[in-house]
Amino acid sequence: MKELVVLSGKGGTGKTSLVASFAALASSEVLCDCDVDAADLHLVLQPTRRESHEFWTGQIAIIEGDKCTQCGLCQQLCRFQAIRDFRVDAKSCEGCGFCFHVCPVGAITMQDKLSGHWFVSDTRYGPLVHARLGIAQQNSGKLVALIRQQAKQIAQKDRFDLIISDGPPGIGCPVISSLSGANLALVVTEPTLSGIHDLERVLGVCRHFGVSPLVCINKYDVNEENSRKIEEYCYSQKLTIAGKIPFDDAFTESIARGIPLVENCSNGTVRQIESLWQRIFESLDRYQGGLKHADLRL
Amino acid sequence: MIIAVASGKGGTGKTLMATSLALSLKEKARVQLLDCDVEEPNAHLLLNPAISGREPVCMPVPQIEKGKCNYCGKCAQVCAYHAIAVVPGYVLTFPELCHGCGACSYLCPEGAISEVGREVGVVEWGNSDGVEFVHGRLNVGEPLALPVIRKVKQFANRDGVVIVDVSPGTSCPVVEAVKGSDFCLLVTEPTLFGLNDLVLAVSMVREFDVPCGVVINRAGMKDGLVRDYCEKEGIPILLTIPLDMEIARLYSRGIPLVVGLPEWRRHFIELFDKIGDMVHEGTGRIKR
Ligand code: SF4
Ligand code: SF4
Repeated sequence: MKELVVLSGKGGTGKTSLVASFAALASSEVLCDCDVDAADLHLVLQPTRRESHEFWTGQIAIIEGDKCTQCGLCQQLCRFQAIRDFRVDAKSCEGCGFCFHVCPVGAITMQDKLSGHWFVSDTRYGPLVHARLGIAQQNSGKLVALIRQQAKQIAQKDRFDLIISDGPPGIGCPVISSLSGANLALVVTEPTLSGIHDLERVLGVCRHFGVSPLVCINKYDVNEENSRKIEEYCYSQKLTIAGKIPFDDAFTESIARGIPLVENCSNGTVRQIESLWQRIFESLDRYQGGLKHADLRL
Repeated sequence: MIIAVASGKGGTGKTLMATSLALSLKEKARVQLLDCDVEEPNAHLLLNPAISGREPVCMPVPQIEKGKCNYCGKCAQVCAYHAIAVVPGYVLTFPELCHGCGACSYLCPEGAISEVGREVGVVEWGNSDGVEFVHGRLNVGEPLALPVIRKVKQFANRDGVVIVDVSPGTSCPVVEAVKGSDFCLLVTEPTLFGLNDLVLAVSMVREFDVPCGVVINRAGMKDGLVRDYCEKEGIPILLTIPLDMEIARLYSRGIPLVVGLPEWRRHFIELFDKIGDMVHEGTGRIKR
């Protein structure tokens, strides 16, 4: 079984639109939306929900007012400034439990937190595992690790040989969690200065965790000079540019209709996506999986 | 006054907004731009600040003094993040899992744990043509952005105008960056993804008691969805920037909108005035 994860560093480079097209082009696969913070893939794939699960993780401190003697020790020791006026601010508490361990009168309890939900759904192209992290919650990395594991189990059980994961933006914990142990990363960039800068950083994360990346330049014609810079950079780093996709309004239109672009029309852009997919598919066979991250308990 | 510029979806134009707003106001007030998107900071690419100082961001992680430790296991038991494991005769630490809470060192009965700084990122500051600039950069491979964001925010000076460029999403790095703001500006685009993520961003703002307003970027003929939603929720649309190749090209070359097209400055000053009014009148708070 192989796993492809699609990343971008910078948000809004068109990652999800491409993943939706890959979903249609691949013959049989499990899909996994690792952008648990702001998931969008379901908007194009229009899944039917099969299962819904709660995601409990982490804790939050609660101070029982009638037991608290207002000694102030917790307030003084909490490194996250989460306790003010003998109340815990849920948005600041990192659930470390320091206050719980030190409170001399046992006025603090640690409560488990419902941090989000995760789902298994059916799409026209195969099962989709996706999730919704609760607003303002921590532990996005753990949730990503969980849904990837679920996707793997489904793939094993139902004999799918490919998992396509839509990754989150950035380079922090959910990205690390999406990447660790994947066979191949596709990094979708755009020819803006920010796109180039963010590409370099996300490639650094791929290197750090030993996952081989391919690069795709989306909207390459918005600034062809910058596109050339990206190509030169990739050449110097011995990285493969697997595709260059033009700016195309048809993407927005296909999203609005809830149909992946490759099924919505057939134009030059579609042919570019098809050959991009062909290259990815061939590369998947060639690359070995990356290193497993030391731990997914982030 | 602190204005956070956020959006659920990435790539909607937060950095474009934040930089142009800062540049438009610098004649009127003392302006700071804090780039809190420490995973992928981009504002410096548009502002080209002259960096005058930098400081590493360190997370305090435990260091065990072998002679004092008697392997009682207390530290492993209190660490909520499994960053310490005690096996007979040895204590293992996993610094990349540590949140730097300090519980283990404080609670170790033998006083065998001290803390050492582990660099997780860097904060740099400087000036860009009259705008005070601060940004943070998370080191590649590091999972936790919060300590870097906190450090950047320590630079905020409420006496002037502080513009905070926030990372995309709705989870902890976003909350950390928005915390303490007087206003939250949400940047969206009129696509299905844009709307979906705007709805999420609005629920994020709802967690705070701050007024908010929306900017529609790359606006065109299909703004209806976003407009209807804002009207329904009673969220004002404070500025619309059209889908325009010229604007996209300026951004791609790293040129701030109000530098490339100075006529836009007026719109950003108007935007700021509207924000100021809402903050002072206490309007625009979204219902919980
Ligand atoms: S659990 Fe930790 S972060 Fe939360 S209030 Fe207590 S000391 Fe602060
Ligand atoms: S400082 Fe806190 S998070 Fe770090 S190892 Fe000690 S108890 Fe665990």
